Amino acid sequence: MNPIQKFFDKIEPLFEKGGKYEKYYTLYEGHRTILFRPKLVTAQKGVQIRDANDLKRTMITVVIAMIPCLLFGIWNIGHQHFLAIGETATFMQKVGIGAMQALPIIIVSYAVGLGTEFAICVIRNHPVNEGYLVTGMLIALIMPPYIPLWQVALATVFAVIIAKEVFGGTGMNILNIALTARAFLYFAYPTDISGAVWTYLGDATPVDGYTGATALAVAYDTGLNGAGTVLEAFSNYWAEGMYTFQNMFLGAIPGSIGETSTLCVLVGALILIITGVGSWKIILSVFAGAWLMGLGFNAIGYNAFMDMPAHYHLVIGGLAFGAVFMATDPVSAAHTETGKWIYGILIGVLTVIIRVFNPAYPEGIMLAILLMNVFAPLIDHYVVQSNKNRRLKRATV
Amino acid sequence: MSQTIKLTKGFDINLAGKAAKVVSEAPKPETFAIKPTDFPSITRPKLMVDEGDAVKAGTPLLFDKMTENVLYCSPVSGEIAQIKRGDKRKLLEIVILADKENEYESFDKFSISDIRSGLSKEKALEQMLKAGVWPNVIQRPYGIVANPQDEPKAIFISAFDTHPLAPDYDFAYKGQEEAFQAGLEIIKKITKGTVHLNVSADNENSKMFSQAENVQINKFSGPHPAGNVGVQIHHLDPIGKGDIAWTVKPYGVIQIGKLFLEGRYDASKIIALTGSEVKEPKYYKTFSGASIKNIIKDNIKGDHVRYVSGNPLTGERINADGYLSFYDEQITVLPEGDFEELLGWIKPTTKKLSFYRAIGLLSFLNKKKEYVLNTNTNGEERAFVMTGRFEKVLPMDILPMYLFKAIMAEDFDEMEALGILELVEEDVALCEFIDVSKHDLQRILRTGINLMING
Repeated sequence: MNPIQKFFDKIEPLFEKGGKYEKYYTLYEGHRTILFRPKLVTAQKGVQIRDANDLKRTMITVVIAMIPCLLFGIWNIGHQHFLAIGETATFMQKVGIGAMQALPIIIVSYAVGLGTEFAICVIRNHPVNEGYLVTGMLIALIMPPYIPLWQVALATVFAVIIAKEVFGGTGMNILNIALTARAFLYFAYPTDISGAVWTYLGDATPVDGYTGATALAVAYDTGLNGAGTVLEAFSNYWAEGMYTFQNMFLGAIPGSIGETSTLCVLVGALILIITGVGSWKIILSVFAGAWLMGLGFNAIGYNAFMDMPAHYHLVIGGLAFGAVFMATDPVSAAHTETGKWIYGILIGVLTVIIRVFNPAYPEGIMLAILLMNVFAPLIDHYVVQSNKNRRLKRATV
Repeated sequence: MSQTIKLTKGFDINLAGKAAKVVSEAPKPETFAIKPTDFPSITRPKLMVDEGDAVKAGTPLLFDKMTENVLYCSPVSGEIAQIKRGDKRKLLEIVILADKENEYESFDKFSISDIRSGLSKEKALEQMLKAGVWPNVIQRPYGIVANPQDEPKAIFISAFDTHPLAPDYDFAYKGQEEAFQAGLEIIKKITKGTVHLNVSADNENSKMFSQAENVQINKFSGPHPAGNVGVQIHHLDPIGKGDIAWTVKPYGVIQIGKLFLEGRYDASKIIALTGSEVKEPKYYKTFSGASIKNIIKDNIKGDHVRYVSGNPLTGERINADGYLSFYDEQITVLPEGDFEELLGWIKPTTKKLSFYRAIGLLSFLNKKKEYVLNTNTNGEERAFVMTGRFEKVLPMDILPMYLFKAIMAEDFDEMEALGILELVEEDVALCEFIDVSKHDLQRILRTGINLMING
């Protein structure tokens, strides 16, 4: 027997009923099952064998799919930093700066999130769920690189308690948990999450003309001011070549830690689709919805933002990241297969509408997903109803 | 009109330990048992024998208070050795100590032409009920022993079993053509509706099935659960509110046929001993309700194994000296999985089978491999998280997750509207197998069905 198993066996009586720490049994079990697949066997009647997959493996698959975004994001923080202060730097210097910004955010997100979750598991005596493996990484990746850590902590606590645990924990939530954290920051600290947070400057002074504005902000301002086209504004950006389609697709642009690289997001999407963990229907339909709405706006052409070529919508802001990692959250998305198409398309459409029209808040994907999270059960209701109707119709024939 | 139906949804579970096509005679088991718990419709069993009574094959042992004319009979002749009861005196097993030579109760004999022309429906029903073959007739909805007073809209027989390690009916029933056809004639008599005989479109079928007369022969192709009669009914003539259909397994048809041709309740059975822990998996000739003790003797590899009456998806764990369940034609022996595995939830593996391709689960790369699976659940029970997966292994227009949630909420209208009338346990067994949240879905479904029955 493995010495760790021996250790667990030794301390188990402390956590069992009547033991000194019986209240914390769920934590004991949670830690043991992370190290060891438990020895549970199938019931007397029913399936005698079970699929090798479980929720833990499913969740870790999503985390692995996010790793390209994370690694690229770490490099990109450094890259944007040195770009803004006008210095050249080596790859390792960029990664070093990036890691120093990103890792504390990830650590805070996991530590605070898991701490909150453990506390609630103990209070409510339910098993520790693996859902936070994904949520913790998601929260970190959608944070701006220069966000104060206490805000990350606060947003995490809010999201875990209000978005998840009050509804009953993993599997019961209505809203996407990570997006709730982000939305909380947006509405609680609106001034802190715009402008300067997108690029980490440190103590250095930025180069002349530096703005730190994201592509979305540039596009939105152009639409508002009506001075030239969005593409002209992109090419006039202080850093040359920053907002070309190619560069935005690759992701060397300011933005939240994990969201900037459409390429890395697509690598993640590929992992999710091949493993079957994420719904390709949702991913595809979000992109399709956004693109179609972009085309629609092109046809109307009321202002410069509307005239922006539709495919630019797919690479700016967090649309790609949201489509692949947020909209596909199986719990808060539509549960029926037909519903997933409707849900995805509407997210795409709404994202572009919010981007173009919302004066206060240029990023549409967050609100679009949260809104559709709320409407997903309604969509499902009609899909389920049509299934029931087919059965009823058959009966009367 | 005979139909050919192609199913694409489902999942074939390819396990090690398929039975070789050889029939062995194991030493005749000393004891046999009828287990009232094999029949979910039996709620108030009434015993007709006492310990020490002598019985013959076909002597009634018990009936259910709700359907008094359906008799459950002894498979062999001998002496009632024990009446085993559980908590609250619940009747668990009636154990019969078997004679060396089987003696039979005698019933009326008919030739096949007598059956076709002379025999009346009433007489046929009466003999079926009296001689113990009636419990072969199962009612849909609910999967319970049929009520002989009902008039089913159709009767369905699936001539193939797609469960993992399932016995090959073509092999097991070789030489029973006449009895099978006689059984079909009887079944034809007891319904005004169509008798559907559903054969596999993927494999050659023996003449017994492909040349059966006076029935509608339909062909089904596709992965498991294509052989499940419930799936077949869904595509041929689905069950709605107020409908009643009956199903019979080929074994039941043959038993019914033999009763009328030979005038006796013949509970002899060819069963498959299967599973990775069996040294020489093969077929055995025995009787319904046999103790598995002599069959498994000296033929098991490991020392920490689980004996299952039935197949690995829908079976029931029994003891090494337990009894074969009434409807089962298979014993499966699997390794027990009650051990911890370091980082077992994340380690890459080619040894475990998965319907999914989640990180590290590589079984999708090798579909031909025969897997050795143990009884570990491979994870703990969780709330439903993943969606759209159950639909992929249930080739029916049904939304399983919504149905399960309706059952958990005990919402009768929703259960009915979402299709509980069309399902029995075996139909959702694959959903249970692939469920990453590890719910006992078959048990949940039966809970729902019981709610529907008891209103």
